[in-house]
Amino acid sequence: MATLFELAVGYALVCVLAAMLLCTVRLLAGPSAHDRALALDTLWMCGMLLALVLGIRYGSQVYFDAAMLIALLGFVSTVALAKFLMRGEIIE
Amino acid sequence: MSGLEQAPSWALAGAALLLVLGASIILIGALGLLRLRTFYQRIHGPAITITLGAGSVLLASMLYFTAAQSRLVVHELVIAAFLLMTAPVVSMMLMRAAVYRDLRARRRDSGVEAGKVYAVAPAEPDAGPPLPGR
Repeated sequence: MATLFELAVGYALVCVLAAMLLCTVRLLAGPSAHDRALALDTLWMCGMLLALVLGIRYGSQVYFDAAMLIALLGFVSTVALAKFLMRGEIIE
Repeated sequence: MSGLEQAPSWALAGAALLLVLGASIILIGALGLLRLRTFYQRIHGPAITITLGAGSVLLASMLYFTAAQSRLVVHELVIAAFLLMTAPVVSMMLMRAAVYRDLRARRRDSGVEAGKVYAVAPAEPDAGPPLPGR
């Protein structure tokens, strides 16, 4: 069962990395600025999930704090980006 | 991996199943972000990545650490609650910014009129070229 679990963790790592790659393609190719903002937000979320899967892989609780921090920063940065795209400034 | 040998096999099987499911859903969401045509279709792809994919991975993490450390580990619920609170806010703000920018730049081909809620205003006769909104 332990071998099966390690296989599942490897599959999850590969899948999350492939998802990050696809988000990067959309980030570079996206035709408009809000496409890029959406791709960047998805990239933040995939980074958080990558930290969680790495935490399972190495059996360490330290990665949980990293994931928490990435989630917080991703939310704040995406809201700031959307506000900037809409209004031209962030704090009015 | 520490504590993997003394963990019960049903917990490992459940965590493995949840990990495979969540990772596949994450990949499908990113594929949707890449493949769909307009921005208003594309924003539906990451929604399942953030809710269902992240939920499955967080559940797998909770199950694995609970089984491996033989005590209740539920602090992943903090991330789950935070994601469930912030994901609608993020998508609403991105969508409003996109609608505003597409309407202002008069982009009919962006799909902003697809829901028949917003209509692109006709161009004024001597308004010059449309705004370069990229």
